[in-house]
Amino acid sequence: MPFEPTPERAREIEEIIGRYPNKQAACLPLLHLCQEQEGWCSDDVIAFVAQRLELPTSHVVGVVTFYTLFNQKPVGKHQLWVCRTLPCALRGGESILHYCEKRLGIHDGETTSDGLVTLRSAECLASCASAPMMQLDKDYHEDLTPERVDEILMKLGANLR
Amino acid sequence: MLQPQKIISRNYELPESWTLATFEKAGGYQAIRKALQMEPAKIIDEMKAANIRGRGGAGFPMGVKWSFMRPHPTKPAYLVVNADEGEPGTHKDRTIMERDPHSLIEGCMIGAYAIGAHVAYIYVRDELHLAKKRLWDAIHDARAKGYLGNRPFGAKDYPLEVHVHTGGGAYICGEETSLLNSLEGKRGEPRFKPPFPAQVGAFGCPTTVNNVESIAAAGPVLLMGGAEFSKLSRLHALNDGGSRLYGVNGHVEKPGTWEFNCGPTMNELIEHAGGVSKGRKIKCVIPGGSSTPVLLPGELFHAPDDKSPLHEWHGKSVFDVPMGVDTMRTAGSMLGTCCLTVIAEGTCMVRVAQNLARFYKHESCGQCTPCREGTAWILRIFDKIENGQGELRELDQVADIASGIVGNTICAFGEGAAGPALTFVKKFRAEFVAHIEAKGCPSKGSIL
Repeated sequence: MPFEPTPERAREIEEIIGRYPNKQAACLPLLHLCQEQEGWCSDDVIAFVAQRLELPTSHVVGVVTFYTLFNQKPVGKHQLWVCRTLPCALRGGESILHYCEKRLGIHDGETTSDGLVTLRSAECLASCASAPMMQLDKDYHEDLTPERVDEILMKLGANLR
Repeated sequence: MLQPQKIISRNYELPESWTLATFEKAGGYQAIRKALQMEPAKIIDEMKAANIRGRGGAGFPMGVKWSFMRPHPTKPAYLVVNADEGEPGTHKDRTIMERDPHSLIEGCMIGAYAIGAHVAYIYVRDELHLAKKRLWDAIHDARAKGYLGNRPFGAKDYPLEVHVHTGGGAYICGEETSLLNSLEGKRGEPRFKPPFPAQVGAFGCPTTVNNVESIAAAGPVLLMGGAEFSKLSRLHALNDGGSRLYGVNGHVEKPGTWEFNCGPTMNELIEHAGGVSKGRKIKCVIPGGSSTPVLLPGELFHAPDDKSPLHEWHGKSVFDVPMGVDTMRTAGSMLGTCCLTVIAEGTCMVRVAQNLARFYKHESCGQCTPCREGTAWILRIFDKIENGQGELRELDQVADIASGIVGNTICAFGEGAAGPALTFVKKFRAEFVAHIEAKGCPSKGSIL
């Protein structure tokens, strides 16, 4: 089924395109906006963006496959990114990732069977002075301990192991 | 004892510091009013006098960069702000965008006016949702008041607009030409230079790309005077002026971000961050983000020429030399982003090297073969050594691979990946060899 943005998003798309001297420049913001609605950059989303911006589909596919944050397959309702890079690792980042894997019963890169959470390791999220940290959807959670992780996951309604 | 400075961070502690009301009450948007009454060339002169060495890592003087912009008869010009903060160990630009977004907007207006641009784009990495929201709120408020728009402050017919652009989670987009491609809606692959962005930048037009902290300094510099700002620095004589944000992370008691006059030493910064955690000793420090080679406390500063202004610190520990663009280069590393990652005694350096090698392998954009293949190869070698399957022959291969990357790629990412990997192997060779001989980590070392 062709992708159809919500009326509110359709208005935002117009506004975004108006910010740039050409349509192509709106490619990343539009993909973000459509992914927010669809959950991932499906073929329909790609076709919509390509048509709206008058770009070859191959160009949009090239963009989607280049950037980490564009999902190339469906993901869970919530996105959990745990930082694995050095400054976090020096303060226990690796054990926070393992703890999330254990509590959610999934590995890095997987989605819980109820489709609630996708867990992924992230490269540096610019939060090194409050390490270890993770990002849940749009929020940063910093200075983590296993207890804090439990609180955050429970609030989400995750089925903890 | 270091005394924190309050210029870039002047509003950080104010209640609701991100709002227009707070910013204006603290004297905000006065600098741009002043700027609009000045000749653009005069503003650039002030920035040159301020000796603001680019705060993104390369250390190029901001005023000089602005002066490269020449009006083009048919093309518009652009100011692009690099807010793609993602260098491992760097956490300073975020504080400006989250706690004082209006100072960045004001800086954008001053910068755009000075270089002859009417539009500024702030390229923010997508993950920084709070920063993006605060910047957009600031832009909307400034627009509603008539500060941004066709006649800023109703005073001058010089249209000014600022937009936030969102990245897609690619470290490489912190490289300025890659950032420009990403801004144009393309894959974030770096471009050849020349032409430099000042000639052919965003949308094929003359463009200046500056770091967030550099641009945020423009307002205070204009009010205080460039020369006065520069003189605050301990390294004023080295044309490394003013104050800037410093960060300390890793194995310290109180990690954080603070503003100081340029030139604190690494030892002073570590002391300010409460010292090394749990009373441990310092093993080494990565001085300015993961692309800057690691330094050990036993290393001495080497500047034997007594006519050199750097000679003053000759023979001292590199940890007791004021941190500046030129001093850190002489110390065998780079100033980078001024955020230290402190690593304490007992940390397994093979794990450290492996962690960062994985980062570079993941983030190499894949455009240039030496970097794409080389970063993956280096990681494979470190993985094998850590897992007990490494061979001495392969350890020596790291130098070959690194020299195959350096100088053979379009952008500096290759150097940023290869240099530190090589330095880890060189400075901690005994640890790598011990792993190979013991067929695994002898200390069963944790990275903690």
